[in-house]
This record gives sequence, structure tokens and C-alpha cells, in this order.
Amino acid sequence: MFDKDKFIDAAVKGLRDGVVELPPDVTERIRTAYENETSDIARMQLKAILDNIDLAHDEGLPLCQDTGVQLFFVKAGYDFPYLSDVMKAIPEAIERATAEVPLRPNTVDPFTGVNPKNNLGHNMPAVTVELVEGDGATVIVFPKGGGSENMSALWMLTPAEGFDGAKRKILEQMQYAAGKPCTPVVLGIGFGGGADIALKLAKKALLRPLGTENPIPEVAAMEKELMDDVNSIGIGPMGLGGRTTALGVHIEHTVRHPATFPVAMVVQCWCDRRAIVKLDVNGEVV
Amino acid sequence: MTEYRLQTPIDEETIAGLNAGDIIYISGTVFTARDEAHMELLKDGEPEGLDMTGLGLYHCGPVMKQTDGVWQVVSAGPTTSFRMETLEPGFLDMFGVKVIIGKGGMGPGTLAALEKHNVVYATFTGGAGALAAKGLGRVAAVHYLEELGMPEAVWIFEAKDFGPLVVSMDAHGNSLYADVDAETKANLKAIFERKGLD
Repeated sequence: MFDKDKFIDAAVKGLRDGVVELPPDVTERIRTAYENETSDIARMQLKAILDNIDLAHDEGLPLCQDTGVQLFFVKAGYDFPYLSDVMKAIPEAIERATAEVPLRPNTVDPFTGVNPKNNLGHNMPAVTVELVEGDGATVIVFPKGGGSENMSALWMLTPAEGFDGAKRKILEQMQYAAGKPCTPVVLGIGFGGGADIALKLAKKALLRPLGTENPIPEVAAMEKELMDDVNSIGIGPMGLGGRTTALGVHIEHTVRHPATFPVAMVVQCWCDRRAIVKLDVNGEVV
Repeated sequence: MTEYRLQTPIDEETIAGLNAGDIIYISGTVFTARDEAHMELLKDGEPEGLDMTGLGLYHCGPVMKQTDGVWQVVSAGPTTSFRMETLEPGFLDMFGVKVIIGKGGMGPGTLAALEKHNVVYATFTGGAGALAAKGLGRVAAVHYLEELGMPEAVWIFEAKDFGPLVVSMDAHGNSLYADVDAETKANLKAIFERKGLD
């Protein structure tokens, strides 16, 4: 039986772990980058990041003061009976985590300027629900920072511009962004769909652990190509120069309308935080 | 890349001796101000009890926690400094801070103001909020908390070896960001040529 309090406890823990601990795949990439950097200043920045990861872990403190906007991605089985309960519990979990962790109150109404100080507000929380085969549910907590989000972009290219145009836009945008999104970053890129779908795919691409590649060989090849090119720009950690600008490039795609070529890029800072809560068919946290 | 330990109030000679690429650690008074706080301070002048001469100005919106009436810093990495670009030259005309701390660097307006007023801009690693909190130490006072809220308020800290900070824009017109911008533009051009994208 779904126990609301237990789920909220698990979600609050997810929100806490999400901002305090980095997933091991991310830390490992940063450590490798530190070993491979040759510039003193770049190494110093990566060392500070690694020290910060250890300190946040040891003292249970948020890694970054920008604890983000709390995005949720729910993958629910067609036969999972407690989706409405989960949806109703998520805002309560956010409110509790904001007070307890604490999380920085980060939601401001664009029209009134009001910050409700609980990380909720009009049309919040932002929960993306995907229905899949099965009878359980996976809830991914994804706290998204503002500085990196500011460097995200959407380009509605013509089919004639195509992939060459996309590569050009992505590399130009990264040169412009430089250290502003707290490099080294992870890039989520979405091709195809309408404008909204391309952006959603780009964000979903960020949920994949670092080191995993797209299962389609052509797509994986472009991930690798863009990763090499972005790192050749020379922005480096915090934009102070160096060979580590991207920790990963993840691409997801769908079909496009023959008249369009949508390309979306979502930028994620090195503090690539995510946490997962899984529920079984009985609504029990597993 | 020389390393220095600085104590506030920091004097003119110390600042003039710093070069882009040097590493500094600051002990003493460091206060936060983001966009809103810059605008308030420019309008109101120094709050009572805060003489900014020789201090560190930190672009930061921290997470703070109050326990038994005492404020403590939880996580306090730098915010993107470029948002303050249009405000900073006026700020330096009015106040005597000696080190601006932030991330991402600032533009030509601030670079000129740094040279005019003998001030340096130093980078703290973005996102390293827990590490920053450790160096910032005790909260001495807070201003504009009611009006601006937690991230935008002016928090005054008694820092202890706050760093490492990279002097990325010095008082002699040098900016590591301008250097990297020129380099990355040239690199991008070469990448486009190699890939036939130009």
C-alpha cells in the first residue's frame, strides 16, 4: 500500500542527497579531467571542485548554493496504481526539503516578483511524466541550476543548414558561454520534434549517466565528435583556459517535420546532480 | 602564479603588486552583494557600521540557516559576475573595496574601473559552495534581509583564508578572461576551417 509519509521521506532524502552528493559517474569524470589537465590554473579549479565534493559529503552540506529548481521526471508503468498519490506528494516533499536541507528558495513569479520561499508557485512543481511498460515507478529528482540554464539555446534551422549548421551553432554558443555556465559542463542536445520536443529531449539527455553513449552508432559518433570539438575550443574549467570544457555530450533525437530542423541544447554545470526514488507495484519504496 | 595571504583592510600597495594569474586567500571582512544589493547600496551609501575601504566584495547569493537566532552560512559559492557589469564601475567610484570576488569574469567597463581605482577581480571556483562556506566563517551582520531576501541580502562575513582565489583581472589592465576569449575565438575559427563549417 502506498504510504504517503514514507514516499515523502524518500523524496526529501532524494532532494537532500541530490544537492549534497554527486553521482559517482560525474565525480569520476572530474577526477579524470584533473589528472589529464596540464594548465596549473585549470588543475587548481578542478582540485577545488574535488575538495568541495569531499567537504559537502563529509559535512552534509549542499555542494552549490544554487540548489536549483527541483525538476522531477516520473517514469510510471502503465499498471502502476499510485501515480496520482505520487503527484500529490511531490509538492509536499519539495516544501519540506526546502526547510530541512535547506534548499535556497529559488522560485520567483515573473509577473508579481513574489518568491513563495518554498520552491513552489504557479505551475510548479515541474513534473514530466512518461508512461512505460511495467507496474512500478521511477522518480528522478533533478535540481537544475540557473547559471547553466541561462546558456541553453534553441535553434530552428532550415533542413539545408542541417547538422553542419547545428554543429556551428553549438560550438559558437559554447565559445560565447565560456566559463559562465560553470565549466566543465555536460551538454544535452535534442534533434527533431517541434521546438518543445527538442528542448525536452535535450533535458532528458542529461539524465543519462556520464560514460553511457547513445545506442545508435551514428548518434554516438556525433556525441564523441562534439565532445572533442567543444574541448578543443580551450575554455577550460571556469573559463580560465584548459582542455576540459565538457565532461560529456549526450544526444537524443526524434523525427522532424520535413520543413524544420529543430536543434536544442541544454547546458548543465559540473554540479550534475540527480537522485532516484523507485516504487514497486504496491507503492512501496524499493 | 605567486600565492599571497591577504588581511583586510587590504592596502593600495598590496593590490598594485598583484598580477593576473596570482593566487590569493583573504582573511578579514568580506561582504556579499548581487544585482539588487548593488542598486540599494548605490542609492543608500554604506550601511551603518560597514566601512568598505580595503574589503572584499563577493558576488554571491548564499544558502543561510538560522539556529537559535544565530545566522550560519551553509553553502556560498559565487554567482555569475557579468550581471553586475553595468553597476560595478559606479560602485567602485563610490566605495573603497579592494577585491571583487565572483565567477565568469567581467567586461571592459569593470576592467577600466579596476585600473582607475586600483582594485582586482578574483575568481572563486563556481559551484564550490561548501568550500566557500568554510572559508567565509562567521556572520558579523546582515543588511537588507527583509527587503531583498536571503540570496540578495548583504551578508558580512569574518573570513579566514577564504580561497583559493585566482586574480583573473588585475589593476594593470590584464584580464585572463580577455586572453581566453581571444584564444578560444581563434581556436573556433580553426575548428570551423578543419571541419569545413565556415
